[in-house]
Amino acid sequence: MEGDLGLWSILIAIIGGAIRVSTPFLFVSLGELLTERSGRINLGLEGTLVFGAMAGYAVAYLSGSAWLGVGAAALAGALFGVLHGVICSIPRVNDIAIGIALMLFGMGIAFYFGKPYVQPVAPDLPSIPFGWWSDVPQVQAALQVNVLFLVGLALAVVVAWMLRSARVGLVLRVVGDSTDAARAMGLRPAPIRVMATAAGGALAGIGGAYLSLYYPGSWNEGISSGQGLMAVALVIFARWNPIACIWAALLFGGAGALGPALQSVGVTEGYYLFYAAPYVLTLGLLIATSSPTRAMAGAPGELSITK
Amino acid sequence: MLPTSPILNRRRLLTGTAALGAAATLGLPRMARAQGGLTVGFIYVGPRDDFGYNQAHAEGAAAVKAMAGVTVVEEENVAETVDVVQSMESMINLDGATLLFPTSFGYFNPHVLELAPKYPDVRFQHAAGLWTEGMPTNIGSYFGYIGMGQYLNGIVAGHMSQTKKIGFVAAKPIPQVLLNINSFLLGARAVDPSITCQVIFTGEWSLAVKEAEATNALADAGCDVITCHVDGPKVVMETAAGRGAFICGYHADQTSLAPDKYLTGAEWNWAGVYTGMVQTVLDGGTIGNFVRGGLADGFIKMSPLGSAVSDAARAQFEATKAEIMAGGFAALKGPLATNTGTPILGAGEALVETDIALESMDYLVEGVIGSTS
Repeated sequence: MEGDLGLWSILIAIIGGAIRVSTPFLFVSLGELLTERSGRINLGLEGTLVFGAMAGYAVAYLSGSAWLGVGAAALAGALFGVLHGVICSIPRVNDIAIGIALMLFGMGIAFYFGKPYVQPVAPDLPSIPFGWWSDVPQVQAALQVNVLFLVGLALAVVVAWMLRSARVGLVLRVVGDSTDAARAMGLRPAPIRVMATAAGGALAGIGGAYLSLYYPGSWNEGISSGQGLMAVALVIFARWNPIACIWAALLFGGAGALGPALQSVGVTEGYYLFYAAPYVLTLGLLIATSSPTRAMAGAPGELSITK
Repeated sequence: MLPTSPILNRRRLLTGTAALGAAATLGLPRMARAQGGLTVGFIYVGPRDDFGYNQAHAEGAAAVKAMAGVTVVEEENVAETVDVVQSMESMINLDGATLLFPTSFGYFNPHVLELAPKYPDVRFQHAAGLWTEGMPTNIGSYFGYIGMGQYLNGIVAGHMSQTKKIGFVAAKPIPQVLLNINSFLLGARAVDPSITCQVIFTGEWSLAVKEAEATNALADAGCDVITCHVDGPKVVMETAAGRGAFICGYHADQTSLAPDKYLTGAEWNWAGVYTGMVQTVLDGGTIGNFVRGGLADGFIKMSPLGSAVSDAARAQFEATKAEIMAGGFAALKGPLATNTGTPILGAGEALVETDIALESMDYLVEGVIGSTS
């Protein structure tokens, strides 16, 4: 069964790529979604992701446990979130500017502390072979699903439910849509936003740990290809809807696998063009879904970009 | 792409925050001003410890650092843009460097070529560039015939491949990369002429996720020996070994990443080359403008053969290596055509390792599945 699957192999590769590559997008975009639903934008998640990747790898290497690494990445991410949240709670501080500062800060200290961990090999996160039913090695490889991917899917569903039905989700939405209404209800917006940003940071940190501990599975300074930044755009693309975040993340993951997959079946001309596919796709979809009459459907009212 | 955005450049970050006293937090090595003696600057396009291209150069720089009367300044993660001009100028003006080693291919044209006339007293030693008559004489270009190393990789790969399909993860279709791909295949074809080599270009020197995807795509396509030419081969090596493929290393020794799967590897050997060049300058001599060397000259070396390598592979590897050491070896022998059918060499013709025509290679030979654009 080796070899000639023809065009099927592209499909298998795209599905496999979507599963492998989408997890960081999913975690970071869910994190950013929580933060933005509380009325703040945290552009620093790229820095949080890179620091999470470093912290996760370092702790996994030192402790021998990949899951401890994920925990450390989440904790580090939460601390970055708290830092962002607290600074932005000071009156007239611009959350976008703080986000950019924290992005550079996070990457800088991740590179600094990460130097000794570039060479060692840390344990990887486990994956579940969902391809056991097939005797095609390509299918088996594509369906090696990491536990974090499943956690991310479950989390998206939980967040969607929470925002619709649970008290904590409703509180978050009120704070995000109107500071005045929240105050009138007796809520204190600032601490809630700090907590939402911390939760968002923790998720971004886990996204980073996935990069360094599973796929591609090593720490170096070029580990992130801007996933943290793209995830911020994915939230807008997904219209602040957690379930749509899943599709957006899968779309970006699958589109990223398109270029290598096409080259491997012999479509070798113009690979730079295929590599641009995800971005062309985003542009196309944003143009197709935009409307002259209603701007930014689903955007939280307190978000600084929509005010 | 986002990660190479110039605002994230390390030196800029440093410049911007130095006034705030943040330099210590970032932990950059203090760049000492030269106290007499010779100051040598090394510039790398990626991190110094990437298991690859930059690490190989940094190991050379470390050997230079140990020499008496020499101060070494280094900067890593410098993009192949105007950033490298700023780095070079700051090494010259602030650190007093008079010998520079900008080590990435893309630094040469236009950056080094434009800067050299402005600083006639500074010697620019560029790795991989092609110095030709008429270019500023304070530029030197040096490189090693590492294609021979990939040819030897190919010989071992040819013996070890069961599927008769080998894979190559490549960054950009520049001559050195194309020569490596072609040499890898031709080495394997010296064992079995039916072998093909699938190449996947990632488009960038360092893109971890794309390199992993490319490696997976090669494994999916049935390639069972995989090598690469990207700046940091760690991701390719680990991913390929994880998929059960054998691996041939590049740039540096990657045995430790997967000892069971690692066959051999083509490595740089810059320590001897760099200390030699610096000694020449210390002695008041001049380094040649165009320096090249191969296995016999100690510019490159091979990783020790892995435990999985068969006796037949070992024997042919050693025999071919001895031929290369003797000099005048040609990996490209006629009749040979490109993979689009254009003839390159007629019967009886050959391009020996030192042939300058190899350095402007713009084709993939027949048997390579892939395209240069």
